[in-house]
Amino acid sequence: MNKFFERRYVVTGIFLVIMITLLGRLYYIQIVDDRYTLYANRNVRRIEIQYPARGPILDRYGKILVQNVPIYDITVNPKEVKPFDTLAFCKLLGIDKEGFDKRMIKAIKYSPNKESIFEKQLPFELYASFQEKLTEFPGFYVQRRTVRTYPDSTAAQFLGFIGEVQDRDIERSNGYYRQGDYIGVTGVEKSYEQVLRGQRGVKIQMVDSRGIPKGSFANGAFDTLAHPGERLTSSLDMNLQKLGEKLMKNKLGSIVAIEPSSGEILCYVSSPTYDPNLMVGRERGNNASKLYNDPYNPFFIRPIQAYYPPGSSFKPLSALIAIQEGVITPETMYYCPGYYIAGNRRIPCFHGEVHGAVNLSKAVAESCNGYFDMVFEKLINRNGAKKTDTSFNYWRGNVAKFGLGTKLGLDMPNEGRGNLPRASYYDKVYHKGGWRSSTVISLGIGQGELLATPLQLANIEATIANRGFYYKPHLIKAIGDKQVIKHEYNVKNYVGIDSQYFKPVIDGMESVVDYGTAKGAKIPGIIMCGKTGTAQNRTGKDNSVFVAFAPRDNPKIAIAVVVENAGQGGTWAAPIASFIVEQYLRKSISQRPSGITPDYYINANLLPDLNIYLPERLKERKRDSIRSVRADSIRKVKSDSIKKAAQLKTANNNKSGSLSNLLAGRGAGK
Amino acid sequence: MSVNNQRSFFFNVDWLTVLLYLALCTIGWFNIHAAVFDEKHPSIIDASTNYGKQFIYINVSIVVAIVILLLESRFLTALAPAFYGITVLLLILVLVVGRNVGGNQAWINMGGGFRLQPSEFAKFSTCLLLARYLSSVNIKVTELRSFLIAAAIIGFPMLLIMLQPDTGSTLVFCSLIFVLYREGLSPYFLVISGLLIVLFVVSLLYNPVYVILALVALTALIIFLFRRHRKLIFTMLVGLAISVAFIFSVKFIYSHVLKPHQTERINILLGITTDLKGKGYNVNQSKIAIGSGKLWGKGYLHGTQTKYSFVPEQSTDFIFCTIGEEWGFAGSVVVIGLYLFLILRVIYLAERQRSPFSRIYGYGVASVLFFHVVINIGMTIGVVPVIGIPLPFISYGGSSLLSFTILLFILVKLDSNRMGIV
Repeated sequence: MNKFFERRYVVTGIFLVIMITLLGRLYYIQIVDDRYTLYANRNVRRIEIQYPARGPILDRYGKILVQNVPIYDITVNPKEVKPFDTLAFCKLLGIDKEGFDKRMIKAIKYSPNKESIFEKQLPFELYASFQEKLTEFPGFYVQRRTVRTYPDSTAAQFLGFIGEVQDRDIERSNGYYRQGDYIGVTGVEKSYEQVLRGQRGVKIQMVDSRGIPKGSFANGAFDTLAHPGERLTSSLDMNLQKLGEKLMKNKLGSIVAIEPSSGEILCYVSSPTYDPNLMVGRERGNNASKLYNDPYNPFFIRPIQAYYPPGSSFKPLSALIAIQEGVITPETMYYCPGYYIAGNRRIPCFHGEVHGAVNLSKAVAESCNGYFDMVFEKLINRNGAKKTDTSFNYWRGNVAKFGLGTKLGLDMPNEGRGNLPRASYYDKVYHKGGWRSSTVISLGIGQGELLATPLQLANIEATIANRGFYYKPHLIKAIGDKQVIKHEYNVKNYVGIDSQYFKPVIDGMESVVDYGTAKGAKIPGIIMCGKTGTAQNRTGKDNSVFVAFAPRDNPKIAIAVVVENAGQGGTWAAPIASFIVEQYLRKSISQRPSGITPDYYINANLLPDLNIYLPERLKERKRDSIRSVRADSIRKVKSDSIKKAAQLKTANNNKSGSLSNLLAGRGAGK
Repeated sequence: MSVNNQRSFFFNVDWLTVLLYLALCTIGWFNIHAAVFDEKHPSIIDASTNYGKQFIYINVSIVVAIVILLLESRFLTALAPAFYGITVLLLILVLVVGRNVGGNQAWINMGGGFRLQPSEFAKFSTCLLLARYLSSVNIKVTELRSFLIAAAIIGFPMLLIMLQPDTGSTLVFCSLIFVLYREGLSPYFLVISGLLIVLFVVSLLYNPVYVILALVALTALIIFLFRRHRKLIFTMLVGLAISVAFIFSVKFIYSHVLKPHQTERINILLGITTDLKGKGYNVNQSKIAIGSGKLWGKGYLHGTQTKYSFVPEQSTDFIFCTIGEEWGFAGSVVVIGLYLFLILRVIYLAERQRSPFSRIYGYGVASVLFFHVVINIGMTIGVVPVIGIPLPFISYGGSSLLSFTILLFILVKLDSNRMGIV
């Protein structure tokens, strides 16, 4: 002991205070502050998303319409890049120095020390040669993905395509999609996106400080497997589809064929079409902009988006409603002088033909305008010539039951309604009470403001084939092994016509093909019942329309064919329809008594002259819309170009004045 | 009496200290195992790994400890100047033939893969000589001459180590101020050293002009309050003058004396700069490791920061990360508790000595241990700048373990002999 003995307490005190301070600090960072756990997890856990393969799509017989092929993305981690032979690198990838710098800057901007995509979608051959030299390019990696491939390059408008998600999709998906993911943009890829995309898996990897994987986190307890997307079986018959596309080559128009007993769509042709493989791969952007710039607009899905006046093909429906309503009987006779007088208008029969005394079947067979004008007038004037409103709306309701003027609920996006005007529309145009049956008489023969999509036309035929009901048309018949898609596709939709009334109408339709306007399309040994339509066009030639079903008893196929600006229904649409029908029923095409062969139709070029096809004003607009298209932003462009195209189309196909043009344009724009 | 002592000398050993020592060595060994775990050599005694080597070092150290206990106490006192001389010679030698590791010329190659770090041994030899000098008759640290000689004993090895340059080991000797304080050095030295550290930090954080203005205002206030005490007024004014001079010299020290990496470390600590990917990487990752340990830790060999090598030098200077991460706050408390217990025990042992030599040496041991523990743990949790000094008994390394063992066991030896006359 010495006199400074008490200083031991001072020293001890200082030591204690400082050590306790350390403990306090430790308490704070270990217990109070939770950030460090987060940081530590962020350090070691790398969440890898396992992308499932997208579901393939088959035709009704199991043939592959679309499947997946591997493709290779080159990724780069800028931090790991060391000087290398950029020239050889660029040459290998087929890019220039400028392109290299641009990609590199983009990658560095994304993150200087994380991997990002440098070049997308290398085909296998390029990948193979790149892979050999991969070690010479430190920091570059190859990532395998799968993309869509279409072995038969068919049914583009049905299949649609996938594209990178937009910010909107990411927002709407509640964080399911991430930047760079792919999503169905149009067609079945869009409508069945949730089924096709499958279920993503997650793999949590542990990585060390240099980013080298060191095994799975918690032995994979939190990992989930990726479940591949479901296989979709479509109702399409690939052979039929291919034949249809061939027949419609170099023509504008559409073929829709439906199996009446199920509502399954067998054939879904939109022409012009394109090779869906163009929308895949490195050239996608260029191809897409070329397709957008095509004035005939191959992205326009004519079966559901193009509005055509049904023309005479509407007559069987008119007849059915009239019999059901009792305004005529099958035996009602009408004398056709070659025209019909409605009010102060004189509506001629086609080419001024004089049909003489006609009954219902004969009127259908010979497409007598006068007869159907008479029928329509009777329907509209049933409550007196001045009370057109109620009886018109009643008529409209009967027509609407066949699916006109409304969406049929097809399992595809962007389905159009067509146009079936209401009385209120005419009230607006002509003032209330300012119009008579004679004012709207052209509706009775499928012209005027009446517009329908090819799908709606085919659906009417399916209804007639079924003698009074239809199944909602659909394109997908099975998801995986599950046969039922939606309950509503298995429900019979009755159109309010008793089955007994169909016979005279079908008799007439049989005659159309047997000896009437479509006799050239007669198929030996198969009774096809049909109706031609020659819908007039304001610009260019008439649209050639043919609707039919076959065989007459126990029908297997109902079909609508529209060839734009081609002329009479019997000349183009009917033969094309007959080939499709026979191909479907017989799997082959026989010698025709009329001597027609598919080759003649395949080789015919009926594309309208662009100068006539596009009125000056619309050409200007179209060019504008093209100019605003960026080659790589397909999505942005899609909706409004389709809208514009729809406007353009309806305006183009509609002969009856600017009012209905405006209307149709507005209708499609909605 | 002395015969009796000789016979029962193992009974006089302070077993509690030995137990604490063994506990810390074992904790160190296991944590080195976790820090540099190699899946190809999982065995903790596999000599091809650092944990296997540490096992050997521990055994060697125990042997050395036993040898020390068997020595004559007198031998240690008598040879103190010789130890000091040898260390100084080695410190000079290392500057000539030493191996440069990580910018420090601190190692002498001994052959066979072993290297010696003389600065580690300078710690106990300096303590020994300081004890020897201060315990001499008629030497009082309160006298200027004695103080200067004592300061020179401490300062000479510091100077040599500074030349390596090994700042961390140099600073360790500053802790011996506690020894001088215990032996009678004016408390002002402690207070002033504390104030200078505060001033250093403050003048780095704030504009020196404001700091000086604040100091002038503070001095004026104190003088006004105690205006009757003339002596205090004088002291305050001198203090103010020194402070102002110090503040101006801080900038100079900062930009001319300290090396860029040192100023950078201080800047990071004070939050003047942040550089989590570069200079601040170590400390940040170290904090993440310790902080993510939470209360109970991630478990032995399960620390992700540790296993996947996010913290550099984790078996040596940053070994505390492993403890913090794998054993959590509980483990941290245990380890710091053991250290505190050991240091307080050492002070207790020092105070129970009859001979001033033993007491002074004991305080030297406590001060050196304390400084190492506080600076090392402090830097891993970001409260002191990164100074590369090991955690006693725990950090990987033969030289460091051996020198701490010698440092501690000389005291244990002296204590076991406390009844005898040295």
